[in-house]
Amino acid sequence: MNEAASVVWVISLPLLGALLATVWRQRAATIGWISSALTAGCAVWLLWVVQHAGVQQLALGGWEIGLGISLYADGLAAVMVLMSSLVVLGCSVYARQYFRAQRQHELFWPLWLLLATALNALFLAGDLFNVYVTLELLGISASALTALGAKRAALRAALRYLVVGLLGSMLYLMAITLLYAAYGTLNAVQIAEALQVNPLGWAALLLMLAGLALKMALFPLHFWLPPAHSNAPAPVSAALSALVVKAAFYLVVRLWFEVFAPLTTPLLANVLGALGAMAVLWGSWSALRAERLKLLAAYSSVAQLGYLVMFFPLLMVLEGEARHWLFGAMVLFALSHAFAKSALFLAAGILMQYAGHDRIRELSGTTQALPLTTFVIALAGIALVGLPPSGAFLGKWYLLDAAFKTGQWWWVLVLVAGSLLATAYVFRLLGHAFGHLPAVKRPIVAATQEMPALALALLATFGLGLGAMSLWSWLAHTGTGAGL
Amino acid sequence: MAGLSAINPQFLYVCAGIFLFAIGLWGTWLHAHYVRKIISLNVMGAGVFLTLIAVAYRGENLPPDPVPHALVLTGIVVAVSATALALVIIRRLEDATDE
Repeated sequence: MNEAASVVWVISLPLLGALLATVWRQRAATIGWISSALTAGCAVWLLWVVQHAGVQQLALGGWEIGLGISLYADGLAAVMVLMSSLVVLGCSVYARQYFRAQRQHELFWPLWLLLATALNALFLAGDLFNVYVTLELLGISASALTALGAKRAALRAALRYLVVGLLGSMLYLMAITLLYAAYGTLNAVQIAEALQVNPLGWAALLLMLAGLALKMALFPLHFWLPPAHSNAPAPVSAALSALVVKAAFYLVVRLWFEVFAPLTTPLLANVLGALGAMAVLWGSWSALRAERLKLLAAYSSVAQLGYLVMFFPLLMVLEGEARHWLFGAMVLFALSHAFAKSALFLAAGILMQYAGHDRIRELSGTTQALPLTTFVIALAGIALVGLPPSGAFLGKWYLLDAAFKTGQWWWVLVLVAGSLLATAYVFRLLGHAFGHLPAVKRPIVAATQEMPALALALLATFGLGLGAMSLWSWLAHTGTGAGL
Repeated sequence: MAGLSAINPQFLYVCAGIFLFAIGLWGTWLHAHYVRKIISLNVMGAGVFLTLIAVAYRGENLPPDPVPHALVLTGIVVAVSATALALVIIRRLEDATDE
């Protein structure tokens, strides 16, 4: 089969699944996990194709670039697609059991597959307007999924999430309008070639950054994230925290290093880095004080996204080989967080089903009752703190190394403080979980729920940590797009 | 007033679009009630669409650029769907009885 077909299949398979699940409601769960399994298979194929045949560029329907929908798959995009497909597959297997005998399950699957479609389409979009459409698709399906929680708190969180998402997209759309007025094209590569340093370019960059910062919950625009991520059903929380905010981050990376490369300055990067540093401190502190496990996980996402932004000021001053490696480290950190955070949310879901609540203080005895789930929480915790052998450890290590090399030692302080706080909140959680419980109940937890969580946690710690080298060197050298 | 006639209508439309966008942004941020936030978002959208339509103008005897028009159409579809979803959630919220 044609190599470029892999690019199309990772988008059209989940879309097809969404349509089938809408029509054939009784079989929605089966359709859901089968199509996410097939999508994951195609994502592996896509990575293989990009690795062996180079960057894939595709103009859908034969329309020339600038008019039709163009898809663009380089190493970074392929890795992100694979990551999101694996997390979606894990959550799908989990969700089959989770939604069993629940009213929402017929509504869940079409929206869930639409979310997967939007994510893959966003990672592969070669055109700034398609990015807008996929962003909206992502925001709408994500907030509808949040509303499946059906409680007042969940509905309110979903509404706020939707409004914030729309606001972010509108800012982004205005930036596109300015760019189109100036350069007459929306193709990312063409704009990158034509871009000039002038006030209009600045306005477009700042509007886009503001819109995407809102969507990726960068401090101080993170206010909407904790309620939305902690009130949604468990598999939805996992995807929101692991993937949806990561999609906005991916766009910031693409725009910053490729499209707007001539405009970006170290000053602006330092402003972003400072916001990231505050996110690390504030997010970790709030996670430490959180009363509920899901809220802890949500605040920890705010902090982890902060680390990702802290890479920017260092990437701006580094050059050549060192820069490529640091870029690889950033991607590795993002992947590691995605797997770890989805595993943590899935484990939290199992705990909630077992205990009926997720109040951290009352979790004692979890270890005896749910040993495997506690193990998953511990593994995810290792990746969140950044202990070896997790992928996050390598990411943080390179961040530390780059901060010393470039003389920007102040980032190190934030890194150390953030890691200590993360250790504190993970150990506080585990401390309560290991507490003694007099009578041991035998819980009935399906293996199909614990296994996906375990698999994702293992990927975050051992998978990415030990298998990082090949992925990393490839990312560092061929994986990044035009601007790097 | 020779100077006034030199003001290009396209420029006026773009200014009006940006003005609407700014009002909408302000409203979305400051209004507490969600129905007002949704209306403000739609005002913001109208501002973007107006700007896009103005951008499509290419000169007196030339056909307008079709690409921005297609973008406006797509944008309207998205805005309508998102508004519908938001209104449904607002109604659900009013009907919800727990807490």
